[in-house]
Amino acid sequence: MTSPVIKGSSYVLVDATNTLLQHGSTQVGERQANPDSEYLKKLPNFLRSYEDLVGYAPNQAYIGNISVEDLRDKPQPWYENNIEDASRYSDWGEIMPEDEFIGLIKIADAFDLVKLEEKFSNNVKEKLAEHPLLDDEQVAKINGTDLEVMQKMVDEHIAEPLFIDGELVACVKQAHDTDPNLNAHIMLENLVVKASGMLSVFHLGKQEGIDLADVDYVIEVSEEACGDVNQRGGGNFAKAIAELTGCINATGSDTRSFCAAPTHGLINAAALVSSGIYENVVVVAGGSTAKLGMNGKDHVAKDMPVLEDSYGGFAVLVSQDDGVSPVIRTDSIGRHTVTTGSSPQAVISSLVTEPLDEVGLSITDVDKYSVEMQNPEMTKPAGAGDVPASNYKMIAALGVKRGDLERSDLMNFVEEHGMPGFAPTQGHIPSGVPFVGHAYRDILAGEIERAMIIGKGSLFLGRMTNQFDGVSFIIEKNTGQGQTDAVSEDQIKNIVAGAMRNLAESLLVEEE
Amino acid sequence: MLDGKKVVIIGDRDGIPAPAIRECLETTGAEVIFGSTECFV
Repeated sequence: MTSPVIKGSSYVLVDATNTLLQHGSTQVGERQANPDSEYLKKLPNFLRSYEDLVGYAPNQAYIGNISVEDLRDKPQPWYENNIEDASRYSDWGEIMPEDEFIGLIKIADAFDLVKLEEKFSNNVKEKLAEHPLLDDEQVAKINGTDLEVMQKMVDEHIAEPLFIDGELVACVKQAHDTDPNLNAHIMLENLVVKASGMLSVFHLGKQEGIDLADVDYVIEVSEEACGDVNQRGGGNFAKAIAELTGCINATGSDTRSFCAAPTHGLINAAALVSSGIYENVVVVAGGSTAKLGMNGKDHVAKDMPVLEDSYGGFAVLVSQDDGVSPVIRTDSIGRHTVTTGSSPQAVISSLVTEPLDEVGLSITDVDKYSVEMQNPEMTKPAGAGDVPASNYKMIAALGVKRGDLERSDLMNFVEEHGMPGFAPTQGHIPSGVPFVGHAYRDILAGEIERAMIIGKGSLFLGRMTNQFDGVSFIIEKNTGQGQTDAVSEDQIKNIVAGAMRNLAESLLVEEE
Repeated sequence: MLDGKKVVIIGDRDGIPAPAIRECLETTGAEVIFGSTECFV
């Protein structure tokens, strides 16, 4: 057994402002129910520019250019206090412009379903040729199609349109004439997951000490399903992403549990590495098209920009112990079981205190808890409150109940062991996993010793069960705890002594 | 206070879920006619 470590992680965002208008589920529903609504008329006036998206402080925290503590110090509302001269790129990833991403969707397209208008195609091709992580062969896949041909497919409802500033620049065709699971809408959503997942893996692969050819297995953890009429969720995004990102020695599979899937995926990866089945496992997710502008009506009503305007993606590499990288503890896994119950006390006990009790740690021994890290600027205007803060208060309240904390320390705990939400409301994207990169950096810098990653999932939305789901694990400083299986000096002496004894006995037998 | 009242529960996954509210209400005289937990994120 070896300790699994976090070897690296990447985080990407993609501008999806125009796609939000056309394909976000709130907007689609509104167009169907009330095509002349005031909301739809006002919405275009509440969209952000790409520059505003890059300068938005929570986005810079997501891609790692600023720390969560830096974000806490930024004046609010964040959308009125953009960071000047913010960078598109970071050590962990980037914030990709929408037109370039449409080009990347074309690169991800294995069945010639994506059509790009000629001029747009040439323009995007030029831009992506400059991208530091794409090679000529990948960019050469981009080609153009006559606008009239594309318009005809859109008019005949066999392709989903993609617009930039009101102009049709691309479309995604249906992959079958009658199969509802291969219709144009689903193909667009799935290709977005694949392309944004690919972008995340490209950024993971550029990091020092990581060679994607060494990856044995990929686990994809988004919330879409790919398949056809006979197997709706047959899969698999993981291998599709591996194929186009240089993970040439990998296979993989998709893991699903609504927003909890990334944490499940990381625990599965830790188990696969710890057991020795695989040495290097990538956990990756792409972004959600449906959730773009999910709370748009409330944002417009509050006279603020529609902030859910980007796709999110991430990739994490879990590897065998290198003696340096932060360790995933496999002896302290939190899980909400079928019989746990749904009260907040039961939920927090199963995910936080029970796994800590198993290894003799108290609530305050974990420096940072990464819960549902939704950006509160997106959720509060919609009445959903500050989700991370609510979670921290529940953990602290349980701590008070157990006697780990004084009641007067409750809000201090929230401040010290919590952090502001900084991830877009892309379902699985904000759930626990956004802090893995920050935890890695903070642990190596000696700023924290230990973090807990908590993922929660709303299984009841699938109407198969009323159950909720949640899992958690601890990442901590590598102190050589993974070396316990190494052979000690005493063990070597015993082995040598045993061999000498056997030799002596065999010589005696021969003499007799 | 709740005797004979019919109650519709809309729970919050990151707050109080519907089954937990239902358990509390079942100790009163209220009748829960619908309960659902929603995810607001």
